[in-house]
Amino acid sequence: MSDDTKTLDVWVAGTEEPELTPTDEGAQEIAIDESGRRLDEQFGRVVEDDYVFDDEAEEDERMILNMGPQHPSTHGVLRLQIELEGEIIRRTKPIIGYLHTGMEKTGEQLNFSQGGTNVTRMDYLAPFHNELAYSLAVERLLGIDVPPRAAAIRVLLSELNRCSSHLVALATNGMDIGAISMMMYGFREREQILAFFEKTTGLRMNHNFIRPGGVAADLPPGWKDDVAAIIEEFPRRLDQYDDLLENNPIWVARTKGVGVLSAEEATGYGITGPTLRSTGVDWDIRKAFPYSGIEQYEFEVPLGEHGDVYDRYRIRVEEIKQSLSIVEQVMDTIPKGDFRVDDRKVTPPPRARIDESMEALIHHFKLFTEGYKVPAGETYVAVESPRGELGCYLVSDGGANPYRMHTRAPSFANLQALPIAMADSLMADTVATIASLDPVMGDVDR
Amino acid sequence: MTDDTGAVETEEAVEVPKRSLPNNEVLKGLFEPFEDVSWGDSLGQDVARVPNERWLDFATAAKGAGFEVCVDVTVVDWMRSRPDRFEVVANLLSMQHRLRLRMSTTAPRLEPTVASLVPVWPGANFAEREAYDMFGIVFEGHPDLTRILMPDEWEGHPLRKDFGVGAVPVQFKESHKVS
Amino acid sequence: MATTAPGNLLMTTIDKAARWAKTRSMFPASFGLACCAIEMMATGTAHYDLSRFGMEVFRASPRQSDLMVVAGRVSQKMAPVLRQVYDQMPDPKWVISMGACASTGGMFNNYALVQGVDQVVPVDIYVPGCPPGPQSLMHGILTLHDKIMNGEIAS
Ligand code: SF4
Repeated sequence: MSDDTKTLDVWVAGTEEPELTPTDEGAQEIAIDESGRRLDEQFGRVVEDDYVFDDEAEEDERMILNMGPQHPSTHGVLRLQIELEGEIIRRTKPIIGYLHTGMEKTGEQLNFSQGGTNVTRMDYLAPFHNELAYSLAVERLLGIDVPPRAAAIRVLLSELNRCSSHLVALATNGMDIGAISMMMYGFREREQILAFFEKTTGLRMNHNFIRPGGVAADLPPGWKDDVAAIIEEFPRRLDQYDDLLENNPIWVARTKGVGVLSAEEATGYGITGPTLRSTGVDWDIRKAFPYSGIEQYEFEVPLGEHGDVYDRYRIRVEEIKQSLSIVEQVMDTIPKGDFRVDDRKVTPPPRARIDESMEALIHHFKLFTEGYKVPAGETYVAVESPRGELGCYLVSDGGANPYRMHTRAPSFANLQALPIAMADSLMADTVATIASLDPVMGDVDR
Repeated sequence: MTDDTGAVETEEAVEVPKRSLPNNEVLKGLFEPFEDVSWGDSLGQDVARVPNERWLDFATAAKGAGFEVCVDVTVVDWMRSRPDRFEVVANLLSMQHRLRLRMSTTAPRLEPTVASLVPVWPGANFAEREAYDMFGIVFEGHPDLTRILMPDEWEGHPLRKDFGVGAVPVQFKESHKVS
Repeated sequence: MATTAPGNLLMTTIDKAARWAKTRSMFPASFGLACCAIEMMATGTAHYDLSRFGMEVFRASPRQSDLMVVAGRVSQKMAPVLRQVYDQMPDPKWVISMGACASTGGMFNNYALVQGVDQVVPVDIYVPGCPPGPQSLMHGILTLHDKIMNGEIAS
């Protein structure tokens, strides 16, 4: 027994230390272990991602994730079916229609003067642009031109609307990624514009203020002060956003290189607006096919380079600045004159005349119940909405109602970019990508 | 199908003389090889009336001529006022030439079928699905022709003129206007 | 009262306390549908500050919320989803129908819209307007608080 215990050669604390005699035996195996790498791994100093992607993965290794339609960060009722492989998105299918309102059908029931109430509710973040496209289409069918003051008011309102819409886009984009302060700031600034809209049109949204033949009313007294206040206030606020987001490494890391689109993909899929311009394509309908006298004003079209979420965010910020410069020019140069066309056929008599004259009352009544007849024909008019090309395809058969009223919705087409922008990206970037496309579901589903 | 084109041309004959060509060089080059495609001017906008069976050929040629974006595809339901009930309209855009072109074709009352534009412009995908959903036009060659706006189990195509508005009578509004 | 029916008094007090607690920690489910949802978001943000009433936390999950603000038009396709979300909410739960569309279908009396969300879920408060301004929504919410506190809508 005593012999066996000796051969174990265990050193017990408190006894004399045994002398170690190193041998070469097994040195190579030990060297691998002690090369540091494995130890580092065990201590967590090296993290090796040994997850190897298999493109030929079996169907059942993929998971289908359903996102929406009730989801906080899909901007309304967008539903996505996402095919995941681990954390990586392989395929995406947007499922839409949860807000389908049948507006094109309703548009056929309403006459031309009532139609504005319908279209303004499509893209509810940019109601003026909807009204503008519709009014321009009706005016082209009628063959009338609006007075210069009406055109200037239209530009003023629609450019302010672009600012307020982009502010919501920035706010929601910020909130989706976790920058909740941005949400608060974006909506705070938007309130200032909405207050001006409310003063001018009577409503904060869904104005029906731009109507075929001009605008519903002149600008309210003191409008210049309000607009001047907006122009003065905003550059400071935009600098605050830069402080908040641009200098924030988390924001930059979560947006740069995320949701990338190439210029070819964007044009092929009919994508317009900031999303197209973020890929470097210089295309703005205000420059290419100017409408409503917007060619008189000087502005630049900000372009991106990489087509990622960050570029889209930058473009929106720059576009707010450009829109404000247009607004400033309109304010300085707005012509005097009538705010709607002097054409008995489409323009109701002035309010004061209705109280005095029976004919004016009848005329007013007829105009708003029966409406006016529009010559037969078809036309397509597009304006640059905050989301891209917003077109109105209008067919008249000579009656008082449109025979067909179709809206080319920018968000609808832009959603087609989602599967491409999200392919092979991380699940966590989904909301950032969606928010950067800025889809408005009312516009998508109509 | 020659009947169809004949019918459309007689309708346009008032404003469009036989084989008038646009002044624009790009459009002229696009239209010239297509004998059976008529060009029209609708309130200052260029319109191409394409026979149904030439739809895809003309679209391919248009893309070659520089129309790199298909902005929109939509349908007008003419019911009985035209020999062919449906008119399919595609809006094209050329960014390099700053041009727009509207091309339209017809589809018959029964089994309306048109070639899909998705092989030429992938962006026509959603628009054609919407046209299928709302009008029941079948786009041949479309990768995924399913309903897009209405629920899958929906019956009928809501934007057809013979599909009712579906309004429910409202208590406080018993005027004759409410269907 | 206290001397004649002490138990009763105790019951009333707990009931009141419970009602008070219910009104002061209402978590709305974010159920934004259309234009009205933007006004609902505006109500929740800094300018109108819904947190004054302890309800700025819009919950993403219906399981964590007890008030559903149906903000916007409800389409035929959305109605089953809406009902499911409502069913998933724990009791007690309330519904505010915000806007003309949610309440009656609004100006869209057609095939696509449910003519009033009360055909799908029971509604406590209707907020009129198109869109109702944030002030209107707040009034609706305060009216709901009143209703919960008093068991009926105080005039
Ligand atoms: S009530 Fe008006 S604002 Fe609200 S969802 Fe309906 S149309 Fe939009």
